[in-house]
Amino acid sequence: MAAVRDNVFPTRMNLTVTKARLKGAQTGHSLLKRKSEALTTRFRVIVRKIEDAKLKMGKVMQNASFSLAEVAYITGDISYQVRESAKRATFKVSAKQENVSGVLLPAFEPDMQAGSQFELTGLGRGGQQIQKARAVYIKAVETLVELASLQTAFVILDEVIKLTNRRVNAIEYVIIPRIENTISYINSELDEQDREEFYRLKKIQGKKKDRAAAAAAAQNELDELAKLSIQDGNLHSEIGLSEDQSAARNILAEQVDEDIIF
Amino acid sequence: MAAATHKERTLIAAIGDEDTVTGLLLAGIGDIDIHQRPNFLVVDAKTTQEQIEETFTAFTKRKDIAIILINQHVAEVIRGILDEYNAAFPTVLEIPSKDHPYDPSKDSVLKRVQLLFGD
Repeated sequence: MAAVRDNVFPTRMNLTVTKARLKGAQTGHSLLKRKSEALTTRFRVIVRKIEDAKLKMGKVMQNASFSLAEVAYITGDISYQVRESAKRATFKVSAKQENVSGVLLPAFEPDMQAGSQFELTGLGRGGQQIQKARAVYIKAVETLVELASLQTAFVILDEVIKLTNRRVNAIEYVIIPRIENTISYINSELDEQDREEFYRLKKIQGKKKDRAAAAAAAQNELDELAKLSIQDGNLHSEIGLSEDQSAARNILAEQVDEDIIF
Repeated sequence: MAAATHKERTLIAAIGDEDTVTGLLLAGIGDIDIHQRPNFLVVDAKTTQEQIEETFTAFTKRKDIAIILINQHVAEVIRGILDEYNAAFPTVLEIPSKDHPYDPSKDSVLKRVQLLFGD
């Protein structure tokens, strides 16, 4: 597999920076993982509650239907009146929020407004039955509201858990390997540079040694020559030659023209 | 801001057969807003699928509805839309009706539960 890495310049500073990033990614990963676990625990509890509540709802609604049937039996069909009398809701819900590791879960609560809108009791007969059916239905709707808040929590948690897991996986399988690849790349490049540097120094040292050896050899030769010439001078005492040389040198020195600027 | 939007959602909407809606209205969930739009729909034999779909979509778009109660046999008619709908607000809740006992295996949410836990 081709190692995916960040496009950075391999320097020691970048190595430090990248190592810090790796540390950050690892911390983030463990935190997110813990968050996801906490949410999942919560999620399972909610799912269990939903299953129970759904079954309970079946019974409650059956009960409610039955009481409505009783009303229908005694008073006849009231559905039209009921529908027509609907103006403003008296049974509302209010949303409260609950915080589960940074996720806001709404919880609906039944919110009964005072003052029964019910003029239907004035229908003359069966008012009591209607009141009873109403009470049963209010109970039923309360159950439904409870279930609805569980379900909302379920939907939101489901989404958040998916999101968190996606992030956890992204960090684990993409970001951390990439940072690690970057670190190893920088390390290998730095090692390579070190080796190059070492080789260069060795080479320079070798050259220096060679040069020193050559210089020493030349010096030795000169010394030998000097010794020989001294011996020669002692043997033949030809000082005139050296005097001529010095004279020639003097002439050259005097030849320097005053007019020449450069 | 999110809290504010939650606070505004106070109504419970209902789509269902006559008995269910009557019962729910009896409990006092019925509301007719300033545009004369009711928050409930009675589904009978004459109600078309388009009507249900339209009403459902309209309810999901309203900002004052927190929960939509829908009879399961009505939900079956617009199952496609229901399965696609997965926003948190408003919450869609399938409820049983008098003539149609509750079947958990058809519920969109419970289906998802089973999908997640594989049992």
